[in-house]
Amino acid sequence: MGSVPFFFMSASSILIQFLNGLASASSLFLVAAGLSLIFGVTRIVNFAHGSLFMLGMYLAVALAPMLGFWWSVPLAALAVAAFGALVEATLLRRLYAAPELLQLLATFALVLVIKDFTLWAWGPEDLLGPRAPGMDGAVRIAGLRYPEYDLFLIGFGPLVLGALWFLLRRTRWGTLVRAATQDREMAGALGVNQRWLFTSVFALGALLAGLGGAVQIPREPATLFIDLQIISDAFVVVVVGGLGSIPGAFLAALLIAEIKSFCIGLGYSKITLVVEFIVMAVVLVIRPWGLLGRMPAQSRGPGTVELPLAFPTRKALAALGGMAMMLALVPLLSAGYTLVLLTDILVFALFAVSLHFIMGPGGLHSFGHAAYFGLGAYGAGLLLLKGGLPMELALALAPLLAVCGALVFGWFCVRLSGVYLAMLTLAFAQITWSVMFQWDAFTGGSNGLIGIWPSSWLSSKTAYYYLTLATCVGAIALLWRVLHAPFGYALRAGRDSPLRADAIGIDVRAQQWAAFVFAGLFAGLAGALFAFSKGSISPEALAVPRSVDGLVMVLLGGIQTLTGPVWGAALLTWLQDAVSRGIDYWRAVMGAIVLVLVLVFPQGVTGFLRERFAR
Amino acid sequence: MLEVSGLDAAYGRARILFDVSFEAHAGQVAVLLGRNGAGKSTTLKCIIGLVRPRSGEIRFDGRPIQHLQPYQIARLGVGYVPEDRRIFTDLTVMENLEIGRQPPREGAPRWTPAKLFELFPNLGRMQDRLGARMSGGEQQMLTIARTLMGNPRAILLDEPSEGLAPVIVEQMARTIRELKAQGLTVLLCEQNLHFARLVADRAYVIEKGQLRRSGTLDEVREEYQQV
Repeated sequence: MGSVPFFFMSASSILIQFLNGLASASSLFLVAAGLSLIFGVTRIVNFAHGSLFMLGMYLAVALAPMLGFWWSVPLAALAVAAFGALVEATLLRRLYAAPELLQLLATFALVLVIKDFTLWAWGPEDLLGPRAPGMDGAVRIAGLRYPEYDLFLIGFGPLVLGALWFLLRRTRWGTLVRAATQDREMAGALGVNQRWLFTSVFALGALLAGLGGAVQIPREPATLFIDLQIISDAFVVVVVGGLGSIPGAFLAALLIAEIKSFCIGLGYSKITLVVEFIVMAVVLVIRPWGLLGRMPAQSRGPGTVELPLAFPTRKALAALGGMAMMLALVPLLSAGYTLVLLTDILVFALFAVSLHFIMGPGGLHSFGHAAYFGLGAYGAGLLLLKGGLPMELALALAPLLAVCGALVFGWFCVRLSGVYLAMLTLAFAQITWSVMFQWDAFTGGSNGLIGIWPSSWLSSKTAYYYLTLATCVGAIALLWRVLHAPFGYALRAGRDSPLRADAIGIDVRAQQWAAFVFAGLFAGLAGALFAFSKGSISPEALAVPRSVDGLVMVLLGGIQTLTGPVWGAALLTWLQDAVSRGIDYWRAVMGAIVLVLVLVFPQGVTGFLRERFAR
Repeated sequence: MLEVSGLDAAYGRARILFDVSFEAHAGQVAVLLGRNGAGKSTTLKCIIGLVRPRSGEIRFDGRPIQHLQPYQIARLGVGYVPEDRRIFTDLTVMENLEIGRQPPREGAPRWTPAKLFELFPNLGRMQDRLGARMSGGEQQMLTIARTLMGNPRAILLDEPSEGLAPVIVEQMARTIRELKAQGLTVLLCEQNLHFARLVADRAYVIEKGQLRRSGTLDEVREEYQQV
């Protein structure tokens, strides 16, 4: 369908698009409501909520041939609820007192594990669901045919909203949930057993996600991509509607679904994401906590206090310098695969250090740092292939694309903090990924770009290794130097006490924005180096797993250490290289590594060793 | 009824309580007297389980409770009324009472909303009002009523007279005497000597986390005025 200006749409097709929007809103509302409910009580943003939606879809598709569609839907939802309760009781329960970042990481790890489980259980092919018996026909509305099942969905969303309202407002359980949302400690002191309450809330949230997925099966196939697509949509809905507000989730789901529906109806399906993004931006500027949300209450109890970041001793500096020298000598000994691996390690070390720059000292927990890496990589490829620039210029200018991305995204991100920021960074990364993935004509779509080779003087592995070594070591040294310059002090002041930093004249937002862009620049540089070292790029360069890689590297090394991210990057890159080729389900292994890290070494491996041997 | 012995507590590296021991007898009102920061609130939080003591023992009805979760302690019949009230401002008066509700308990007065509205007539007139829309005095009444809904045998009151108008303070003292008359054990934290005199059977002076003196209120008064 070509694009049709809005005023040329007939009244009846406007009505149909409107109804389509309502039907899609229902499923989206279910997911967002579950997310909101869980966050309200447990204060955990469940990154795996889209994965629960996906499980609901696959389970319903699998159960339908045996039980029929109408039984498979509630049973799939119940199965997901049981799974949710299990996850809460075995994993999340241990993390309620942990720092927010670790909670987010743990649910993030679940995304990977569930994705690989789904791949293992149902294979990589999209699965088509059955039609809904008794509702597989169409009715005539304003002269056009409209599916009966979609009419059912239009009614289903408000029905669930009503049921949730009743549950929360008219039952003892709901009253307890609302009390615990406000002050769970006090509710406990009054005799409320929070364990049961938390498990039941998580199970209900999971049920809603599973139900949201299951009711979608007559409308769209179950795919392995749907988890991240849904979670980023749900994040947008929740951010727009206000985290913790169920009516807000309903309103925002309607808004977002209508926007999508009209973009598709008008033939502009590719700009849906952009429009969605603009709506979110407008809402956030006018109401930073969402349409019906409220400013999050300060959590009780003392916050975690970070130790000062020590300036490396003379000895440590000498050791680091010595290491760089040794790295420079490697090509004399080996010219083969070692150099390729070391090039990768250097690139990812720069990526991890740039992420650490905003995460550790900046306190901005980015779950979408791969966006800037990918923008740098695509920038390099596009400037070379489409812009016709020489390789050297393309490499130098490519990070500027990442800077542009970081300027725009960062402007929104620094307006939020904590979980809101984490959700927004992930949503932005997902949007960037979708653009690269869908824009076939320009970015090569899912195939990516090939033929991104360095100039002839850099074409040998050794020459390119030296280029990478010099660039990365220089960039990392610069990032570390900035952390110990007044800029870095002001950044840490803003992290530790925004109010006091503000009072002594630091513009905390501007400071964080600058840091975000600075980190984006170096992530972009790493991406550009990566593109030329491989000769090709694909959307994987900026997909969510790459962001996870960055987080794991920083976490492995210890988030509040200076050199940790470098060791983390070296270890993980080497591990991935050595192990991933032998393992089919690498994502699940990564997820498991993250879970172990979070549960066993909450202060990172270097932090753990330091604590262990400092005594 | 409630015995605390050798209680030590700390927030991180800052030690708050040093070897605190005292006792609240059944059916009596015991008062912990101390200035701001003396460790009164921390003592109550240790008893209800919100703060984990470093060492020491807390017995309720002869049974050690220092290792239990707050909800378990509350379910044994210990009611806690925090200093900063912490009523659920998004909930109505009736819903706040519902959160505190527990099954009737043997050996403890049995409370219903109707009976509580007799004790606190103001609350009865605003049953559907949101906690956020109540005055400080009304919130203070609600926080006590909410705890009583759990039918406790002992009640911990953290500075209930703080920030209240003199008339309401008198009313609060009457309420506490009424609770005692019903057979409740009361442990009260106070820095207002006048208020303490209205209700105390026994008093303990606490200063800088240590117990200085115990006895009747008249016996400890001079000691308290010196600290």
